Amino acid sequence: MSATPRILDAGEAALVVEFGTTVEPAISDRVLALDDALAGDPPAGLVETVPTYRSLMIHYDPLILDRDTLAGRVVALAEGAPARAAAPARWILPCCYDAPHGEDLAAVADLIGQGPEQVARIHSGATYRVYMYGFAPGFAYLGGLPEALAVARRPSPRPPHPTNAVMVGGGLAAVATVPMPTGWYVLGATPCRLYAPERSESFFVAPGDEIRFEAIAATAFATLAAREAAGERVARREEARR
Amino acid sequence: MSVLAIEAAGPGVTLQDGGRRSYLRFGITAAGPMDPLMFATANRALDKPLDATAIEISTGGVTVSASDGPLGLALVSVGFRATLDGEPLPPACALTLEPGRTLTVRAGSSGAWGYLAVAGTIDVPPVLGSTATHTRSALGGLGGRGLRAGDRLPVAQARVGEGAPQRLVAPWLDRDPAWIRVVLGPQDDYFAPDQIKAFLGRRWTVSPRGDRMACFLDGTPLAHARGHDIVSDGVAMGAIQVPGNGLPIILMADRQSTGGYPKIATVIGPDLGRLAQAQGGQELTFVAVSVAEAVTARRADAQALVGAVPREPVLRTDFPAEFLLGLNLVGGVTDGRDGAAKVA
Repeated sequence: MSATPRILDAGEAALVVEFGTTVEPAISDRVLALDDALAGDPPAGLVETVPTYRSLMIHYDPLILDRDTLAGRVVALAEGAPARAAAPARWILPCCYDAPHGEDLAAVADLIGQGPEQVARIHSGATYRVYMYGFAPGFAYLGGLPEALAVARRPSPRPPHPTNAVMVGGGLAAVATVPMPTGWYVLGATPCRLYAPERSESFFVAPGDEIRFEAIAATAFATLAAREAAGERVARREEARR
Repeated sequence: MSVLAIEAAGPGVTLQDGGRRSYLRFGITAAGPMDPLMFATANRALDKPLDATAIEISTGGVTVSASDGPLGLALVSVGFRATLDGEPLPPACALTLEPGRTLTVRAGSSGAWGYLAVAGTIDVPPVLGSTATHTRSALGGLGGRGLRAGDRLPVAQARVGEGAPQRLVAPWLDRDPAWIRVVLGPQDDYFAPDQIKAFLGRRWTVSPRGDRMACFLDGTPLAHARGHDIVSDGVAMGAIQVPGNGLPIILMADRQSTGGYPKIATVIGPDLGRLAQAQGGQELTFVAVSVAEAVTARRADAQALVGAVPREPVLRTDFPAEFLLGLNLVGGVTDGRDGAAKVA
């Protein structure tokens, strides 16, 4: 990880401020620190920012904000931004790996030469860090996937997955919310809705938080999903032990 | 309150505004118009805010009528076939739609998206700050879905235009989709120099399977120098990602906020509409430009929209012969595809 981020152009109206090319908490911390710093004193012409694992995308209006002026400001902020102070939360999300939810569990088991039960055990045994949202409403990208489950993404997308899919791909983990075509593998589903537009708390998980998955049977899934649909939030919160 | 009634709508006809902002960080798609310049021109023609809610017309076409009072409209649908009660209209025109009359817009031999703006405010509730429809996540517009027959759009502060329809003069919309300007990157370093050269040198063919999310290209696949997986990062509209099969996919208005394939280049803002208007089978070539050149082009587009959109009386010579012939043959509304077939 270099002290000065790389500034990459994504057309004439967005910059990618890249702090690294890997998934590491230290890189994510720098992304989130820069995001905080820009939000605290946004330059005129800044449209919005999108924090990711290892970069911050800055959408801007180039007729108001000059590219080089923005880049200079970003580098200065990145070098001077303090570390994030807020303590992360830990969320326990129930997850059902059984049929019909674990659509691709057997495929991943075949890829890594293990049984489906072992794949579920490895997945639910890990602690994940929420790095970012992206791709779809409430789609949370997670780090901390055990090496044993680090399968590459599919070369071309599979048909749309169901809601609240718990997935792996490209060495990463994720929780999806909206049915979408994907290059990832679906290991199971959580009854928790990380994105509930009608709930006052539309998003309850913040980048930097931790997540653990707790294996549940399909019957328990149905019960919890019904409570969630009635407006309850069935995810449990613990203080992270970092 | 006046009402714009949807009499018929093909798939992909939606309400759009300038797009949903500030929620990309939660994975919420921006949506907004596929052809931002044509969309803004329709609003400009009625002296409305450039990002006001309007109907985006797909090649599925749309038929509308006015109820509870006349409505002033601006239709900007270059390449489409428009008729008012069967009488031809220029595809870019301002008109007043009286109750009992119907405006029909159908696909023509060119163009993929058109816009119908209303003099007044299409009164639908914003969701997360915007009325833009994103059908994949069922957000915005009318119930998060495309428009269909029977929908009634309330129009607040409705105004009427001048009597006879008038042609809108917007030469900045005469754009050739055969060449598209790009800024290389952000992941052009995932491709060897000869592949960058091939990307820019080749003729690509627009696949018919594109939609509001992406434009797919057919052609000779590109090779990756460092694999096709990257750790996901942000995705701008116009990002050209190259997945494992080596065929570029250009991410458009309904794109995801982030993605995990290398992006060899990004279509510049001023050429997004030019690209969006390409029909399946259209051939195109990419031309690399600098950020400064892209900003200059963007400034020219903004300049075109500063003043009023000029209007002219409608002349019969505004219409292609095959369009008029098609009207005469069927005595009214025609399927634009018939006309296209006759030309071919």
